[in-house]
Amino acid sequence: MVVLLGAATLLAASLLVIILGYIVVRGLPALDLAFFTERQRPFGVAGGGIAPALMGTLIIGLVAGAFAVPIGIAAAIFVVEYRSGRWASAVRFAAELVAGLPSIVVGVFVWAFLVRGAIGHYAGIAGSVALAVIMVPIVGRTAEEVLRLVPNSLREAALALGAPRWRVILRVVLPTARTGLATAVVLALARAAGETAPLLLTALGNIFFSTDLLKPMAALPLQIYQYAVSPYDDWHTKAWGASLVLVAVIAVVSFALRLAVRRGAAS
Amino acid sequence: MTRRTDRIFAGGVAGLALLVPATLLLITTLLLIDAFPAIRAYGLSFLTTTTWDPVKLVFGAGAYVFGTLVTTALAVAFAAPVAIGAAIFLTEYAPRATRAPLAFLIEVLAYIPSIVYGLWGFFVVVPLMRSAIEPALQAGLGSVPLLGALVSGPIVGLDLLMGGVILAIMILPILLTVTREVLLAVPPTQREGMLGLGATRWETVTRVVLPYARVGIVGAIILGVARAFGETMAVTLVVGNSSTAISPSLFTPGYTMASAIANQFTEADSDLYFSAIVEIAVVLLLVAIVVNAAARLLIRRTGAAREGLLL
Amino acid sequence: MIGVQERTPVAARTQVEPKREEAASEPAVRVERLSAYYGGTQAVGDVSLELSSRAVTAIIGPSGCGKSTLLRCLNRMHELTPGARVSGQVFLGHEDIYWTGVDPVEVRGRVGMVFQKPNPFPMMSVYDNVAAGPRLRGWSLSRADMDELVERNLRRAALWDEVKDKLRRSGAALSGGQQQRLCIARALATDPSIVLMDEPCSALDPIATYRIEELVAELAAEVTMVIVTHNMQQASRVSTRTAFMLAGDDGVGRLVEYGRTDELFTTPGDPRTEAYITGRFG
Repeated sequence: MVVLLGAATLLAASLLVIILGYIVVRGLPALDLAFFTERQRPFGVAGGGIAPALMGTLIIGLVAGAFAVPIGIAAAIFVVEYRSGRWASAVRFAAELVAGLPSIVVGVFVWAFLVRGAIGHYAGIAGSVALAVIMVPIVGRTAEEVLRLVPNSLREAALALGAPRWRVILRVVLPTARTGLATAVVLALARAAGETAPLLLTALGNIFFSTDLLKPMAALPLQIYQYAVSPYDDWHTKAWGASLVLVAVIAVVSFALRLAVRRGAAS
Repeated sequence: MTRRTDRIFAGGVAGLALLVPATLLLITTLLLIDAFPAIRAYGLSFLTTTTWDPVKLVFGAGAYVFGTLVTTALAVAFAAPVAIGAAIFLTEYAPRATRAPLAFLIEVLAYIPSIVYGLWGFFVVVPLMRSAIEPALQAGLGSVPLLGALVSGPIVGLDLLMGGVILAIMILPILLTVTREVLLAVPPTQREGMLGLGATRWETVTRVVLPYARVGIVGAIILGVARAFGETMAVTLVVGNSSTAISPSLFTPGYTMASAIANQFTEADSDLYFSAIVEIAVVLLLVAIVVNAAARLLIRRTGAAREGLLL
Repeated sequence: MIGVQERTPVAARTQVEPKREEAASEPAVRVERLSAYYGGTQAVGDVSLELSSRAVTAIIGPSGCGKSTLLRCLNRMHELTPGARVSGQVFLGHEDIYWTGVDPVEVRGRVGMVFQKPNPFPMMSVYDNVAAGPRLRGWSLSRADMDELVERNLRRAALWDEVKDKLRRSGAALSGGQQQRLCIARALATDPSIVLMDEPCSALDPIATYRIEELVAELAAEVTMVIVTHNMQQASRVSTRTAFMLAGDDGVGRLVEYGRTDELFTTPGDPRTEAYITGRFG
């Protein structure tokens, strides 16, 4: 019986290795300079790459972060520092529910609200809004844990010195928690970078270079999708290559973070 | 002066924080409003009829609901035994030094973006299914009375079975993580009591640990279900997206609710079509809220240490 | 339902029957040069003693003296801790339970154990808790026989009257003292010749403690009992022999003195025993 259990464990553990293996083996051939600097070229034309998608992911992600980080951290501050009973529970509960929403539902919401509604067409900023909705609970939950770790004695010391509440939070609590907060933000960004469904319905994707947030915008996961469903083998390879880049970025960011946190905790 | 700044600051923080429940309310309300025309036109039959005709404006999402139910059920059927088995192995049997690394390898699966799963599923697993696994299943089980119907029909590779397989891999990490936490929350005195009576490790697991952890494990499975039925990109690449026939065969191509949205949203020309698509999203929304609330309640009751690991 | 008035005081009873343990010829448990380790740290050093059958032996000593570790070596529970090991021999009857090839699971089935914190299985009913041991042993009993076994052991544990209407209720739906008596019934159900108790009363209130002490004294007529306790009064009340352990400067617990309870407590041989008993430390 134990053998069966061990086999199940090995099976599950080997999946990661297998998947990563395929990504590396099939994606590596696609990586050349043109891949990183050029946009998608019509089939038959040599070269072509994911440059607009990389740019788009960056822009959409940063704008999403600009929305999500203040809200997420504010929510955490609200719950931890102000602890206002019923409202705080409402915020926490709402955050948990939003976190549980399928990302396609968030996409449909922004699609209906902005794309079909307020803006009128597909736009990068709509993608940012969708990603922001997804990021807020992630930022908020991690930020909450981090703020709770700040020892109460620090807050009391500052208050005893006569500092007003808002100063205590801004000048004492947040700075003490800054590594953890940075971690929360970066982790949320890394997670958002891989989301496809919400961007599909909002930013739509763009084969041309564009930094106009009010127009459709490319993004890495969208580019992977486009290359993948095409009928061309060469583009399939590019899809693998783009996946390799995406996974590599997420991995590097997550690990760099873990190291930074560990070193920060040690000092 | 400071008191006023304090109040402004607190107000600002509260304002931003309350955007969270406000957004939730906004999402729910807006989706319900936009879906209303379709809700009014089709009522509950939206979920049961399968005719989806944008031209004649008849929208029945029954096939999509069916696809979601089947792929999710398959995902749980495949992933739960593996995840629970691995969790037991990692908590009770594995050599201490290997526990963390093995758990890590499985948990990291959760960080792979779903589009990448879709890619891998489409280019690597689907050909394997089409050329080797599904023919073997058909040959082996085809003549068995009830099971044979599950594996009948032409073999395309892009089908509900494949949808179930890819979803199973995707929910494996969350099932494993939560089950492990729940097993670790079983008090050691319970295991000691059983071992003191002269039980083997396995008897201890089956007679005491698992029954004690039962509620939490159900919670884990519900969380897996929540993750599975909302999943879009991985499923949409492998499930076929081409048939609205409801057949007992797992080899039929199909849609899930999420994949239907992803495939059709650009075509929503008429208001009713748009409304119908939003209505599918509303169903997903409501189920997600109910299922998530239920899962968290169950897990909270077992006193498992962390909940905030659900990515 | 306390029944205090119907029983003779425990202390008086143990004084009334001092000869009982001399009648048993063969020691129930013989420990030979037992040492126990947690990884590289030694917890118990070179302990040798013989426990008389059908008697109650108490093991006392300050915290950290290794008494619980010693107890857990007697049914091979110690080695369940990762990195833990044992050297020496422990004879149950004629058999060294640490001999190569001896199945520890089988040993544990022959020795009953009651733990410090009552640990009935909450997912099992009172009935199933008691039946757990026999079912593990693979005893195939008819329904009637199992009912009889459960009732007999619940009576032995002085719990039957309180739970006879609640047999199907969860094992955890009882008070602390009742839970511990259920655990005793559970340990007795496989008819072990030896029952080990690791501070069985330390999580209980004084009345529950008293009832368990009564129980221990009654059971001593049929079963050899070893009870680890940090409560010296309890040791003097229930046991006929007492072993005193102490951790040396090296952190290793050793047996300092072992003898008849009444003698050890009134005229201890070793000055360290006297210091402990008179409360000068520990």
